[in-house]
This record gives sequence, structure tokens and C-alpha cells, in this order.
Amino acid sequence: MGEKKVTRRNFLYITTGAFSAAGAGAVAWPFITQMNPDASVKALASTEVDLRPIVPGQSITILWRGKPVFIRRRTKEEITEAQKVAITDLPDPEDDTERVQNPEWLVMVGVCTHLGCIPLGQKGDYNGWYCPCHGSHYDTSGRIRKGPAPTNLEIPEYVFLNDNTIKIG
Amino acid sequence: MSSDYKPSSAVGKWFNDRLPLLDLIYGHMLPYPTPKNLNYWWTFGGILTFCLLTQIVTGLVLAMHYVADADLAFQSVEHIMRDVNYGWLLRYIHANGASLFFMAVYIHMARSLFYGSYKEPRELIWIIGVFIFLLMIATAFMGYVLPWGQMSFWGATVITNLFSAIPFFGDAITTWLWGGYSVDSPLLTRFFTLHYLMPFLIFALVVLHVWALHVPGNNNPEGIDVVKGSQDTVPFHPHYVIKDAFALMVFMIIFAGFVFFVPNILGHSDNYIPANPLQTPEHIVPEWYFLPFYAILRSVPDKLGGVILMVSAIAILAFLPWLDTSKVRSAKYRPLYKQFYWLFIADVILLGYLGSQVSSGIYLIVGRIATAYYFMHFIIVMPLLGFFEKTKPLPKSISEPVLTKEEQKQKENGSAVTGDFVYK
Repeated sequence: MGEKKVTRRNFLYITTGAFSAAGAGAVAWPFITQMNPDASVKALASTEVDLRPIVPGQSITILWRGKPVFIRRRTKEEITEAQKVAITDLPDPEDDTERVQNPEWLVMVGVCTHLGCIPLGQKGDYNGWYCPCHGSHYDTSGRIRKGPAPTNLEIPEYVFLNDNTIKIG
Repeated sequence: MSSDYKPSSAVGKWFNDRLPLLDLIYGHMLPYPTPKNLNYWWTFGGILTFCLLTQIVTGLVLAMHYVADADLAFQSVEHIMRDVNYGWLLRYIHANGASLFFMAVYIHMARSLFYGSYKEPRELIWIIGVFIFLLMIATAFMGYVLPWGQMSFWGATVITNLFSAIPFFGDAITTWLWGGYSVDSPLLTRFFTLHYLMPFLIFALVVLHVWALHVPGNNNPEGIDVVKGSQDTVPFHPHYVIKDAFALMVFMIIFAGFVFFVPNILGHSDNYIPANPLQTPEHIVPEWYFLPFYAILRSVPDKLGGVILMVSAIAILAFLPWLDTSKVRSAKYRPLYKQFYWLFIADVILLGYLGSQVSSGIYLIVGRIATAYYFMHFIIVMPLLGFFEKTKPLPKSISEPVLTKEEQKQKENGSAVTGDFVYK
């Protein structure tokens, strides 16, 4: 095996190739990222909600990032029911306390984790939500109990700005 | 020229036996015999292909964010500029790309005029080129309407009103074009549709343009035919691939200079004012690349006459292969034509300047003279030169003028020098 000498030509080949690859990437990036959410979409990425009109046992649905968000003021019975479920019975084990900041207020994205339909409220075998598309049943904590959906209903990022207002996103 | 291609991979061979696409690409891009003396004026074909593809790709992306509606168009362009990720870059590339496209096409056409590339047997290449130019004009004009600023709106109004000059059917045709009684949403939407379609038609014509070119092969600065099977030609790859790539790189630097440093210098600031159907800007001008034709339009006091003359200014190009009666192609060997050539170029530049000025007084008079000369060049100068001009003797082959005088002498003295490389 003869020793391979690094020639000027090798050097030029590699630097040309490297610069071309970097250049091609730099040119391609704007064309790719232009399809990502733009500044006007990002500006609408958080929503504030006034909770005062909602009485116990009532839900509202608001639009956040183009998706429905369910805000439910749960009744005492619903909270107890959600809390007493044995964690081992759940396909996607998650304690109710992990899913709420204040047990009275359940805030979750109203999109079935199966294929994106909107579940109907206070329906189904577990007194929670029921998705009419393919028959997924969610409980009073929005956790999947029966049906094809793989995970619990998603909890969005939100904070209580004060006792009566939350900011989603 | 392409039947000798053998794909190296089994898959390539399988594919090529069933559809000789690789054969076609290979034959037209790699060993294609090209005259060895092509100068940098010949690199604009590749540059123009790049321009077309850039416009198509950036245009496709802009269309994802643009809204073709009179109420929303202007805002959607501002949305592209301010909100969309890199929208400002994509739009500036597209807008300046149009200008540079025309810059390159004018150089490409001037090259053909100088070296007689439009002459037998390349007439059809030239005529297809004229049609590409026509489509480019239509595409650029419609594209300029889309931002729906003041210049867009009034440019669209003025140009569509040209059709009202047609006798008897004029008004009916303009109403049909507008889809209403004035320039409004229906026109904007159909312009957008056509603006999207036309680049693909241009692309198809470019394929024909190149196909037709590859039948006789390239013209060259000497304007003489290559000797078949001689050392007059070199394979397209790598010689001209590299030369074209280098020229393209220089072009892209200039392009980037416009996009990043002076993106609005070729545009008109009035187009950043939303379209207002109740007020015409004080001085309306088209984009710089239309100015010579605009000057021709305005130099005629008659509405219909102006339109006819402007259209003729482009149409007459298609007849050039027959208006030029000289058998010699390259202006290098046509001492008189060379002078008239530069006079013609100066005339077109003068028309361009006049098109940007208010048409009155001295400007109008000079405009009329320059317009008259534009047509005289084609109708009088070109046909007559072929009969009266005493052309210089043509070299016997491309290789001959490449040799220096000393080498020429040595050759004549019968020394061992050939057309190849000479060691001293």
C-alpha cells in the first residue's frame, strides 16, 4: 500500500464540496421554513379566558391555535370519580392531580388523540367524553378508557393569571 | 449524438432500455460538441435558465402566501414582507429576479444580433426566442399587477386600455378582459392565474429553443460553421459547464447585491401605496425593462397607431432572419454592420431613457426620431447592408484565427506547428 499524498487538488475538491453543501443548505432553508407558522400566526398563539360565567357542571369550548379547548368546571362527583380510579386500570396511566392545576377546572385540548375529531362532552361509558368518529371513551379527567385512541386528551400549557382568568399558551 | 451512452448501474440500464431519458440528458449535456471559441457572451443561455427556475421556485413559494383579491392583495404582500419567515427575501429575489431576467435576456439577444446567431440555419431558434421574450413581457407585466399598489393598478389600467384601441370591438374586448367595467378583483384573479401558468409555457418553449439549438449546434464569435470531426469543437462537459458555472456565479453575486443592498432600486416607490381607483399617480412609468417600448408607444400621437407600432417593435424581430440579407454572420467581419449595430444599441438605450421622462417638448421630438430609427434599422439598414457592405475575408476554420500571427507565419512556412498547443 503506497502512502496517499494529500494534494492541492484534494484540498480544493473538499473545500469546494463543503462550501457548495453549506451554500445549498443556506439557500434551501428560507424555502423550507417559509411554510412554518409565521409571525402573525405566532402572535395569536395565546388566549386569555374569563372563567367567571362558568358554573359548576358547565363546559365551554374556546378556539386556541385553531383548535378547540375544553374548559370544564367539574362537579364534586366528577372530581371524586376521577380521583378514585385505580391507576392500573388506565391505558395511559396518569393521576388526575397531574392533569389539573385546580381540581375544579379541567382544561384540555378537545381533539381526540386517535385521528383528530372533536369528542362530545358528557357522553360515553365513563361520563366524560366520547368521540363519535371511532368510538373512543374518555373519563371525567379526559383520560382514555376504551377505544382506539392511544393517549389521554392533551393538556395545553396554561396559567391562572388570577382566580378568575387563565391564559392558554 | 446520444446513442453511445451506457449507464453504469444495472438499474440505470434497466430504466434506460425502457425509457432512454438518461440517453437524452447525457447527449444534450455532456459530450454535446460545442465550438471551442465561445466567449462569455455565450454564458447567458445558462444564466437565463437559472433565472427562469429561480422565478418559478420563488413564485411557487410566494403563491402559498399571496391572496389574489383586490381587498386583500396589498395586505397579503405586506404580510409576506413582515410576517412570513424569510418572506422579504423570497419576494425581493422574485422582484429583482424579474429585472435581472430581463437584463440577461437583453444581453442574450444583443449577443445574437452581434454575431448573427439568428441567421440560417438558426432562424427557428431565434423565432422561438422571440416568442419566449413575448411571454416574458406578458408574465412580467401581470406579475407587476399582483401587489395591487398604485403602479400595479394604473399600469394594469393603461395597458388593458390599449386593447380599447382595436376598431369596433375595442370596448367589448376590454370589458371582457376586465370581467367588469373597470380594473378590479376579476382582473386581478385572472392575471394571477395566467401569471402562474405562463412560466411553465416559457419553460416548454425553452426546451424547444435548446432542442432546436442542438440540431445545427452553437453559432460562435467567428460566425462560421464548425468543420465536422475537427478540433473546432470541445465536449460541453466539462469545458462549458465550468465556464457557464463561473459566469453564473458572477451573475449571482450581482443578483445578491441587488437583493440584499438595494432591493427597491429597480422598483417604483409608488407601488408601496395601496391601489386607489380614484387617483392616478402624477407620473406613471413601467418597469425599466419596458421603457423603450413605452417610449415607442408614446411617440405616436394616434391611439391605435401607438399600439400597433409598439407591438410591431417586437414582432419585427421575428422577421429579422430574412430582413438581414448578408451572408456573413459575425459582426467581426462586417465593418459597416458593426457600426450600425452599436448605433442601434444606443438608439434602444436612448428610447429607454426617453420612456422614463415626461413625454413633451424636446423629449417627444427626440422620441419620434429614435422610434423612426428603430424601425429603419430593421426595414432599411439591414436589407441594404447585405448588398452594399464589403465584408472582411472569413477565416477558413475556427482554429485558424485562434493562432497568433507568428504561429500563422510558421504554419505558412511549413514548420511542424499544428493547430494544437505549441511549446516554445
